[in-house]
Amino acid sequence: MRATYVLKRLLQIIPTFIAVMVIVFLLVRLLPGDPASAILGDRATPEIIERTKRELGLDRPIPVQFLLFAERLLHGDLGESSSLKVPVLRLVAERLPVTLFLTVYAAVLGVILAVPLAVLAAVRRNTWVDSLIRGIFQVGLSLPVFYVALQFLTLLGAKLAWFPIGGYGEGLGGHLYHLFLPALTLGFNLAAILLRTLRSAILEVLTAEYVEFARSKGLKSAVVMSRHVLRNAMISTVTLLGLNVGALIGGAVITESVFAIPGVGRLMIDAIFGRDYPVIQGLTLVFAVLVSLVFLVTDLVHARLDPRVEHA
Amino acid sequence: MTTTAPTTTGVPRARSRRRVKPTLALGLVLLVPFVLAALAPRLLAPYSPTDFDYSAILQAPSAKHPFGTDNFGRDVLSRVIHGTRVDMQIAVFTTLFPFVFGSLLGALTGFVGRWADAVVGRVADLVVVFPFLVLVIAIVAVLGPGLTNMYIAVSAVGWVAYWRLVRGEVVAHKQTEYAQAARVLGFSPTRVLLRHILPNAITPAIVYLMTDMSLGILLGASLGYLGLGAQPPTPEWGVMVADGKNFMVTAWWISGFPGLALTLAGVTFSLIGDGLADALRPRS
Amino acid sequence: MSAAESVLRVRDLDVRIPTPRGELHAVRGVNFDLRPGEVLGLVGESGSGKSVTLRALLGLHRKPVRVTGEVTYGGHNLVGMPERKLRDVRGAQISMIFQEPMTALNPVLTIGEQIRENLREHRGVTGRAALARATELLDLVGIPSAATRLADYPHQFSGGMRQRAMIAIALASEPRVLLADEPTTALDVTIQDQILRLLLRLREQLGMSVVLVTHDLGVVAQTCDRVAVMYAGRLVETAGVTDLFRQPRHAYTLGLLRSLPDAGAHRRPLRPITGSPPDLRDAPRGCAFFPRCAFGTDACLGAEPPLVPLSGERATACVHHAQLPAVGEVLV
Repeated sequence: MRATYVLKRLLQIIPTFIAVMVIVFLLVRLLPGDPASAILGDRATPEIIERTKRELGLDRPIPVQFLLFAERLLHGDLGESSSLKVPVLRLVAERLPVTLFLTVYAAVLGVILAVPLAVLAAVRRNTWVDSLIRGIFQVGLSLPVFYVALQFLTLLGAKLAWFPIGGYGEGLGGHLYHLFLPALTLGFNLAAILLRTLRSAILEVLTAEYVEFARSKGLKSAVVMSRHVLRNAMISTVTLLGLNVGALIGGAVITESVFAIPGVGRLMIDAIFGRDYPVIQGLTLVFAVLVSLVFLVTDLVHARLDPRVEHA
Repeated sequence: MTTTAPTTTGVPRARSRRRVKPTLALGLVLLVPFVLAALAPRLLAPYSPTDFDYSAILQAPSAKHPFGTDNFGRDVLSRVIHGTRVDMQIAVFTTLFPFVFGSLLGALTGFVGRWADAVVGRVADLVVVFPFLVLVIAIVAVLGPGLTNMYIAVSAVGWVAYWRLVRGEVVAHKQTEYAQAARVLGFSPTRVLLRHILPNAITPAIVYLMTDMSLGILLGASLGYLGLGAQPPTPEWGVMVADGKNFMVTAWWISGFPGLALTLAGVTFSLIGDGLADALRPRS
Repeated sequence: MSAAESVLRVRDLDVRIPTPRGELHAVRGVNFDLRPGEVLGLVGESGSGKSVTLRALLGLHRKPVRVTGEVTYGGHNLVGMPERKLRDVRGAQISMIFQEPMTALNPVLTIGEQIRENLREHRGVTGRAALARATELLDLVGIPSAATRLADYPHQFSGGMRQRAMIAIALASEPRVLLADEPTTALDVTIQDQILRLLLRLREQLGMSVVLVTHDLGVVAQTCDRVAVMYAGRLVETAGVTDLFRQPRHAYTLGLLRSLPDAGAHRRPLRPITGSPPDLRDAPRGCAFFPRCAFGTDACLGAEPPLVPLSGERATACVHHAQLPAVGEVLV
C-alpha cells in the first residue's frame, strides 16, 4: 500500500473531526435555558452558576466559546461530569475498553455466524436451505436488540444459569465468559444486517468468470472457495462491517443497559437520566471519532485487500 | 410528451399484468390486523389499556385474558392492541419527514449539482459519522424524553438515506433522453424535475421507506425501552417490554407478547419492502 | 480419418438449462471430433449454444443445468465423471480461456499467483522452480519483462497483455487441448490479430489441439483448419475451412458469409440475416432456421433435418444444400 494513500486518507479525517466538534458543541447549545444551569443541575445557586459561566467562558460570544471548547478538547479536556464530579476523560478511559471489547467480540461472533451461512445460502441458492437461512435472518433483522438480550438473559442466564447475567468479569477468559451473551445478542443482530448483502456479494463472486476460470484450471473446490471466492467476498465483508459500525455501537448502548455492563453505552444512558450534559457531550464526540476512525481503518484494509483501490 | 412519461428508460413506472409477489402479498395480509388495531383499538381491545385491576394481577394467559395480565392487573392483549396505534404512529412519523425532506433535497441537489450538492454531501458524510442511535438519544437527551422530541431527533438524522437514494437516481435520470428532450422542448427546469425526473427517481426511496418503517418501529421501541421515547403508562410495545423485564422468569407474557408484536410488525414492513423492491425492479 | 485418432470425441451432447419460463434446451445432439493438432472453429450467433457446448466439454456447468451424452477424452467419458477425477483433466489436459480477461482473471491475485496455483496443482512445481517456469510462460506468450510483471495484478495490464496472461495461465500445465471462448472478441483489431497469431504459434510449439468458439468468420478464416457451424443448439454444417468459404452447404452458413464485409476487390452488398434465432424453450418444428431462410420450402418443415455426411469431410443439415448459390452470386 502506498504511503501517500494512507497520508491522504489521514489528512481527510481532520476536517471531519473539526465538524464533529462543531456539532457536539452546538448540541448542548440546543438546551432550553442556559447551558451552565443545565450542566450544574437544579440545585446550583445563582452565584455558582455565574462562576461556572465565567469559568467555561459562557459569558463570551458563541464563536469564542467554540474556540475555548476546541482548545480544551485539544488538551484532552472533555469537561467534568456534573453528577460524578470526575473528568469525563477519566470516565471514558475507564469504560471505553469495555465497550470496545464488547463490540469487537460481537463483530467476531457476527462474522463467524454470517459468513459461513451466507456462503451456504449462496451456494445452495433458491433451495430450502437458502430460504431457511434468509428467513431466519429476516426475522432476526426485525427482532429488537433489547428483546433478544432479555430473552438470552432470562433463558441462558437466569433459568439455565449457563452464563452470568451481567458484569464484565476478570481477565480475558472472564471477559469472554461474562460478555458472551451480550456479544451474541449484538453479533446475531449484526449477522442479520450483514447476511443479505453478503449473500448477494458471494453470489456475484460465485458466478464471476474468474471463478469459472479457476474451476476450468482443475483446482480443488476448497482452493477455488478459499482463494478465489472468499478472498473476494472478504472485501465486501470488510466494507459492510465498516459501514455498520454505527449500528453496532448503537446496539452496544442498548445491550450494555440490559446486561448492566460498565461500558460507555451504559454511561451514556445513565448520564441522560442524571442530566449529566458534559458526559453526553463528551461521549457523543468519542463515538463519532471512533466511527470515523473505523471508517479510516476500513478504507485502509480495503485498499490492502483490493489491489485496484489505490490506482483508482 | 406532456401527459405521459416515456417508459423506455431503465425504470418504467407502470407494472400492470404482473402477478403480485408472494412476499408482497404476505406482507400486505400481515399488515391488515395492524392497521385495524391502529384505527380502532377500542373496538378490538376487550379491556382498558391503562386501568388497574388489583384482583387480576400477573395472571397467565387464559380465555379471559388471552395474553395474560401484568403486575397492575392490566390486560396485556388490550395494551398490545392499543400499543399498535402508538407504534404505527412511530413508524409513520419517524419516516415521513425524512422521506419528504430527504427526497426533495436529493432531487434538488442532484438536479442543480455544483456547490449545493457538494455542501449537502459534506453534511451527509458528517451525519453518518455519528452512530444513528447515539445521535438520536443525544438529541433526545438535550430536548427531553418523549415521542415528539424523538421525531425531531430522528428527522434531523434520518433524511440522509433518502437524500442519497434520490440524488443518485436524479443524477442518473438527468442524463436520460427523455429528460434532455423535455429540456430541449423548452420546459422549465422545475417542470422537468417534478414531472419527468422525480416520478422515476423516487422508486428506490419508496422501497426504502418500507424498510425504514420497520427500522423506525425498532428505534421507537428501543427508545421506549430505555425510557427516552413514549412515557409510561402509554401502551407502547418497547415500554411494555421494559415494564415486564423484571417478570421475565415468572410472567413471560408481559414482555413476551409486545416483543412478538414488534417483531411481527418489523417482518411485515420488511416483507412489503422486499416485495415492492421486487415488483418495481426494472425487468431485464 | 477415423474417430479413434481424435483427441476429443463428442457424441449426442445435450445441455438443458432450467429457467423460470421453462427448460432451455441449449445444446441438442452435438457430435464432433477434435483431431490432434487441429484448430476447430465453433461458429454461430450469440445464443446458438456454442459457449454452452464449450463449457459442457469441461463439465463446468453446475446444477441445475443437465448435461448428457459423451465427451470422450483419453478413453474416458468426461460427462458425469466425478469432480475429483475431472480435476485431473481440467487445466491439466484440457484448458480453457475466456472472452473477457478482465473478468476471467481474479482481480485480487497477481498474475504470478494465478500461474503458480496451476503449476502447483497439476505439475507439483512450487517455490523457485515455479517462479522460473511462470516467467518462462509469460515470455512464451510474448509479455515483455516477464519476471517483473509476475507481481502485477490483472488491472495493471493492458487488454491485449491481459489476454496473453490468461493464455499463459491456461498453458501452465501444458494441456493437449485448449478451449478458447471468443478469445479476441473484447480486443481491438490489431491486438486481435496478434493474439490469433500467438495461438497458432503456440499450437505448433506445444502440439495442442484447439477448439475456438467465435461468431467472427474473419477469425475463422485466419485461424481454423475445420469449422463447425452451430445454430439453435445444433451443428448445421461441418467442413474444412477453405471448402466452407468457397461453397457453403447450409443456408445459414451462406447467410453468415453474406453478412461479412468482403475485404477483396469484389464489392457486393452486405446482407445481414433478418430475424432472430428461435426461442429454445419452445422447440421449433422442422428446420430451426426455416423462419429466416430464403430457400425454405415445405420440405424443410417435417422432422428437424439431421446432419448428414456429404462428399469428403463435409456434413450438412440443410435440405436444400445442393441448390445453394455461391457466396458471391447475386440473389434475385
